[in-house]
Amino acid sequence: MAIVESKLTPQQASYDLILPAGESWLHEVKRGQIFRILDLEGNQAVDTLFYNAHNPEERYSAVDTIREQGNLYLTAGTNLMSTEGNVLMTIVADTCGRHDTLGGACAAESNSVRYAIDKKFMHSCRDSFLHALGHCDCGIDKRDLTANVNFFMNVPVTPQGELTFADGISAPWKYVEMRAEMDVYVLISNCPQLNNPCNAYNPTPVRLLVWDAAAQ
Amino acid sequence: MTKQLSKQTMLWEETFPAGAHWSFVLKRGTALRITDVEGGANLSTLFYNQEEKLERYNMADTLKAQHTAHLSKGFVCYSDMGRVLASVIEDSCGWHDTICGMTNAALVEKKYGKADYQQARNAMYRNARDSMIIELGKWGLGKRDIVPNVNFFSKVSADEAGNLHYQPNHSKAGDFVELRFEMNVLVVMSASQHPLDPNPQYAPKPVLLQAWHCGTPEKNDYCRNFCNENVRGFFNTELLFR
Repeated sequence: MAIVESKLTPQQASYDLILPAGESWLHEVKRGQIFRILDLEGNQAVDTLFYNAHNPEERYSAVDTIREQGNLYLTAGTNLMSTEGNVLMTIVADTCGRHDTLGGACAAESNSVRYAIDKKFMHSCRDSFLHALGHCDCGIDKRDLTANVNFFMNVPVTPQGELTFADGISAPWKYVEMRAEMDVYVLISNCPQLNNPCNAYNPTPVRLLVWDAAAQ
Repeated sequence: MTKQLSKQTMLWEETFPAGAHWSFVLKRGTALRITDVEGGANLSTLFYNQEEKLERYNMADTLKAQHTAHLSKGFVCYSDMGRVLASVIEDSCGWHDTICGMTNAALVEKKYGKADYQQARNAMYRNARDSMIIELGKWGLGKRDIVPNVNFFSKVSADEAGNLHYQPNHSKAGDFVELRFEMNVLVVMSASQHPLDPNPQYAPKPVLLQAWHCGTPEKNDYCRNFCNENVRGFFNTELLFR
């Protein structure tokens, strides 16, 4: 796992927001800007999707990303690939070490399968995504929801092909930072899942920061 | 037990040529056997609910519900709506990939060079993404509907560090996988090489498709009882057909 720290300071940031658990966030990050997600209290899954802001039909592709780098886990140096084979974002700093992109977003429907039928009434990332999309005029809707990144989430795959949800490897103040390689819509659900250890059974806020290219 | 199929018991049978693409509907209670005719086949496949095509195969929900990073007998293919599109009821090769995506035009040109129709006629080089775009277009769907797919007959494992390893010669001539459809499903397929296939030659392989009426799963069905999650997945699915 590559641990790469950033030299950027919050004082230089042009955008700085605390996003509580259970909230969604849709924001345009411009080409050249640096975007950081900071895990304030530790082990908080941040479900994230990326879209070309000028043509949202071009979007993040988990399978192209892992295939092109030949590795399942995202960390510093990972190119977040689009469905058209372009780089949306490059991860430039990471103090957590690895992030998941196979586990997807929790949903009312998948909760009913994974835990119990009545868990479909609990809060979920897909509901949060749909809430954000329903209030924007960005031309993105359910059709564009695909396999996402789970920043700070630990989903090890064994050589035998089993997938496990393990305790997180993140901790308070760990962060991941990425540079936008095109103008990108970033869609986040700060995960409200209470049924597995992805949030240590206690969903917590994260801090979102953006630096302009000039600050670097 | 592998079912013996005859012309009398089959609904239809068709050879799916190497590199080709096609799409069709298989109704609830229908099964499909896919046979690797020559060995080394790969079949990139997507599933949609025929009646509401926004409901589609969901790799992540499939993997996390069943705690797996691959498909084989007993595993089912989940939609994003907590329902089972199709179940793997038999499988002779033990591992089908669903985490590596499909070939695209740039990848095929980089690996194999270019052979367009004008020059190569039916031997032209095709790629799975464009094949999917063509087939999906027939149903009013398009790029936005392309999601992470299944690659039948291909094995890609990951070591402890997450590094991917493509398994050469995984599927042998005669290997097969059988799917039972639990909903009315639009099936979209491309017999393109796996995107990590190290073979430097453009050499896709044909598969044989055979469909029959198998009926809906019993209470003691293997896939239904494969894990507690699947019991609930089948419950959700059957609500649609009550």
